[in-house]
Amino acid sequence: MEKEKHHIVAFPTYLWVLVGLIILTFLSVGITSIELGELTVAGALVIASVKTLLVLTYFMHLKFDKPYIRIMVGFVFAVFLVVIIITFFDYYYR
Amino acid sequence: MQAATPIPTDVSYLEYKGKYKGIFSWIFSTDHKRIALLYLYSMMVMFLVGVLLGLAMKLELIAPGKTIMEAKDYNAVFTVHGVIMIFMIVVPGLPAVFGNFLLPIMIGAKDVAFPKLNLLSWYIYVLGALLVIASVLFGNGTPDTGWTFYAPYSFKTGTNLLPAIFGAFVLGFSSILTGLNFIVTIHRMRAPGMTWTKMPLFPWTLYGTGWIQLLATPVVGITLVLVSLERIFGIGVFDPALGGDPILYQHLFWIYSHPAVYIMILPAMGAISEIIPTFAQKHVFGYRAIVASTLAIAFVGYFVWGHHMFTAGMSGTAQYTFSLLTFLVAIPSAIKVFNWISTMHQGSIRLETPFYWAASFIFVFMIGGLSGLVLGSLATDVYVHDTAFVVAHFHFIVFGGVGFAFFGAIHYWFPKMFGRMYDKGLANTGWIVFFIGFLALYAPMFYLGMKGMPRRYYDYLPEFHAANILSTLGSWVMAFGLVIILINLFRSAKHGPKADKNPWNGKTLEWTVPSPPPVENFAETPVYGEKDGPYEYQ
Repeated sequence: MEKEKHHIVAFPTYLWVLVGLIILTFLSVGITSIELGELTVAGALVIASVKTLLVLTYFMHLKFDKPYIRIMVGFVFAVFLVVIIITFFDYYYR
Repeated sequence: MQAATPIPTDVSYLEYKGKYKGIFSWIFSTDHKRIALLYLYSMMVMFLVGVLLGLAMKLELIAPGKTIMEAKDYNAVFTVHGVIMIFMIVVPGLPAVFGNFLLPIMIGAKDVAFPKLNLLSWYIYVLGALLVIASVLFGNGTPDTGWTFYAPYSFKTGTNLLPAIFGAFVLGFSSILTGLNFIVTIHRMRAPGMTWTKMPLFPWTLYGTGWIQLLATPVVGITLVLVSLERIFGIGVFDPALGGDPILYQHLFWIYSHPAVYIMILPAMGAISEIIPTFAQKHVFGYRAIVASTLAIAFVGYFVWGHHMFTAGMSGTAQYTFSLLTFLVAIPSAIKVFNWISTMHQGSIRLETPFYWAASFIFVFMIGGLSGLVLGSLATDVYVHDTAFVVAHFHFIVFGGVGFAFFGAIHYWFPKMFGRMYDKGLANTGWIVFFIGFLALYAPMFYLGMKGMPRRYYDYLPEFHAANILSTLGSWVMAFGLVIILINLFRSAKHGPKADKNPWNGKTLEWTVPSPPPVENFAETPVYGEKDGPYEYQ
């Protein structure tokens, strides 16, 4: 384990990511005051997904990790997506 | 800085106290083997409580009408029985005890990746158990919703449900942390040369289980929080009176709780996959097929939760989809059974207690699995849903599967864990009595369910009487078998004859270390050569 190199991310990068997360948080609150109908939830989910990606990529170092870690995280998202799709087989066809 | 005292390599984990004495040398120990025994003893206590509640239910059902309890007490008893058995016994069961004890040794490591986190998992387990117990002892009556906490009753009932829900939530954290620990341990700490395809099958199943624990458990955690918020603040997510959807609760609950069945059964299958090659003295048949089926079960198992909800009011499209997926998940399970039987074929079978448990596991698991197809089929499910048939099915799978594998595993690894051998005559007697009692207890429920006896009722029609008497008598026989098994094991742990390092001629790494193992398992880290493997029998 000692042989592995640890990537050090520059401080300003973290700062910019933090700023991005804060802006997106305000956006996800703001979107609820705009009349978008059913798209409101979809919009909030998209914003939340972008925030998640930022956290995973930079704060959790996914960008600098080995590919198999990215594959594992991708697999988790795929499972989550399929679970959502199957659940909606009930709601859309009920 | 003072140098750390080296840990001796010739002192067993049972003798080595570290810097603490007495009980503190156990509850502050980060040794994976001691933590495994902490789980074993705490689970044993809760298991006995669960068994007593089960016996009380069967006694109530020995005759129609009230026998020993009122209807509302019966509701409370089956709820607490379910919560204890599911969340405290079968979900943590094999991973927490045998996974903790054996995973590092089987992959050639000194401990799990995060020993302190491992101990924290046990603390959290105890905290969760105490919360559930508190829901029984305090407040306005024992929870009576059933272990599924179904909406909308879970936020309408006046009983003391919140501590039980919170207890299940906390127990989930223990499960997540254990799963995470095992995944990292398997990825990072395998012995040099132990490639993925040379790893024994029990760690493989723990790996699959770890992923389910990690991904599915948070779903039920959030769901239980939502039920609590519904109960306290009436937020209207599940309450139809407030625009909520109670079927959404069922979706969310079973998105965890069906994969949880695989959390229970995969390590059980892993233990059976270790026992059978050892007692057949033969290389396991279709190693790669067993590994692939383990991962396939873990994966497909995420997508079949809806078969618990066929009569709940789901759309037809969802019903067809879940029914199809349910039939698909039967395939990898059948592959495993085929491989176990093929492993035995032309093997040099030694008829020892662990083998008896493993063979009877296959028998009861087959019955449980095949009866599951009746429930997975839309047309037949409508007739037997919410009847005693379902109770028989899941007890054949969960108790027959996990319970038999657990007892098989404890009889298999007991000499390694305690360094002593049990009385084999008594162990065999305990097995056969338990096995007969088990069949007499649960098999009549298939008949009762087919005849239309509903589950979760403390009363029944007179035509169900005879089969219920047989079932109750079976529960007494099974309990007698359990007493024989437990007395034999507890006595042997202290007074049994000393066991050899490898009493069964096993080939996996745990049989290369002394019995009981030293604190850090290996004096030197084992190295797997090109031709080495976990099941290399001549």
